Amino acid sequence: MAKVLMKGNEAFAAAAIKGGCKYFFGYPITPQNEIPEYMSRELPKIGGCFLQAESEIAAINMVYGASCAGARVMTSSSSPGIALKQEGISFLASAELPCVLINVSRAGPGIGGIQPGQADYYQSTRGGGNGDYQVLVYAPASVQEAVELTANAFEIADYYRNPVMILGDGMIGQMMEPVELKEPIIRDASPKTWALTGTGGQRTHNTIKSLALEPDDLEEINLKLKAKYDVIQEKEVQYEAYNLDGAEIILVAYGTVSRIAKAVIDDLAALNIKAGLIRPITLWPFPYKAFNDLPATTKSVMSVEMSFGQMIDDVKIAVNGRVPVDFYGRTGGNVPSPEEIVCKVKEILGGAES
Amino acid sequence: MKDHKFIISGFGGQGVMSLGMMLAYGGMLEGKEVTWLPSYGPEMRGGTANCNVVISQKPISSPVVTKATSVVAMNLPSLIKFEKNVIAEGNLFVNSSLINEKTSRKDIHDYYIAANDIAIEMGNDKAANMVLLGFILAETQAISLKSVEKVIEKLFQNKKALIPLNIKALNIGYEFN
Repeated sequence: MAKVLMKGNEAFAAAAIKGGCKYFFGYPITPQNEIPEYMSRELPKIGGCFLQAESEIAAINMVYGASCAGARVMTSSSSPGIALKQEGISFLASAELPCVLINVSRAGPGIGGIQPGQADYYQSTRGGGNGDYQVLVYAPASVQEAVELTANAFEIADYYRNPVMILGDGMIGQMMEPVELKEPIIRDASPKTWALTGTGGQRTHNTIKSLALEPDDLEEINLKLKAKYDVIQEKEVQYEAYNLDGAEIILVAYGTVSRIAKAVIDDLAALNIKAGLIRPITLWPFPYKAFNDLPATTKSVMSVEMSFGQMIDDVKIAVNGRVPVDFYGRTGGNVPSPEEIVCKVKEILGGAES
Repeated sequence: MKDHKFIISGFGGQGVMSLGMMLAYGGMLEGKEVTWLPSYGPEMRGGTANCNVVISQKPISSPVVTKATSVVAMNLPSLIKFEKNVIAEGNLFVNSSLINEKTSRKDIHDYYIAANDIAIEMGNDKAANMVLLGFILAETQAISLKSVEKVIEKLFQNKKALIPLNIKALNIGYEFN
């Protein structure tokens, strides 16, 4: 198929339909409005349903309902809207209901601004809602990667019976790049015999709930979820390791910031500083193993984020004290420039030498 | 080919977003790597609007342009804001219909085109962005004139009446010097 020039948000939506999405429930918020706009136009054409809910909380509970009925369903929002959805996300994870969530994140806290941000890392990877649960979190760095991860997300959600989140940011939502829409990678998910589709008088009814008042019953559910998360951590880690051989400094960045990091690596090469990049594609499960074999040349690992430093916690866990972990970040909707990052790298390496 | 990195800026309604998109689209038709990154937010309502376009033979690392090979300024605030972002020996394209000032930079190539006046003369003020785009193509050779003509035909396939006007404006700009 020929490539088409698509805006990130439209590409998310087109890819979701490619991935089998038939139902979308959401509430408008910048900078992701092209997703519901696209869905409102396209879903009715394929016999699906787009519904603008009265609030984010209503939207996520509609997702819960549709997922209970076995449908392929999604919602999208941006940071403060995703915050409102956390209760529902916890319920979905608890009831093991598959769904896809897209967060085109913006700068916070609170209502914040509408420019890009990455300060939802904790919210996404640490369980934004209550209780011991996880959602798979994918962070695309290009519009092409966004369509691939989104199209595959529905299969993964069904396979694990778990919510899957795509964490983008305002930049990837708004930018245009050539993309090729591909068919999703099919997972061998079991049939949804658990879904509430009516017994037809042929079987006993199914029950889906997230309430378990007996501690032993609830602990059993927790253990079952834990076992599933262990499998996900073992099997679903994705990352890109770039230019690590002989690197004096390794940058760690995800999403659009990882692309700026690549420009920094070129700029540093021109100054005879060898730098590499570890780019987590899955934020949960985090690619700790990518840090197992750091080159002997590495003097520092530096997390670069559009936040005050959230992913750096996982980077520190991964590096485990072997080399210093440094940080550079911008917030408020500002995107770190290659020049600023180069400056910070020179400061770190200069300091290490003296 | 060297990477082409554009900052295209003006006020909302001048067609700076479409100008940038046509560059990106045309680059894609030539099989090049392209990114188009718009500014978005309150500044678009009446203030300056701008977009960053990168055209390259290799996968593009950053879509954010801070060191531009070309800056296109459709109005004065754009010139003031972005002339510093042009790299040495880079290009600055100024719409002199709306901007009386000249750049103070001595280390760049500066061009002054009365895009609105030329567009009015040929019959439609709204085609000023196409005049400017034609001129930019001639000076930068970022992509071919043919590719942009193809883009115009694709983008206006539901408003076919506008195709000849846009192609004419593009060619007037291309041949202007």
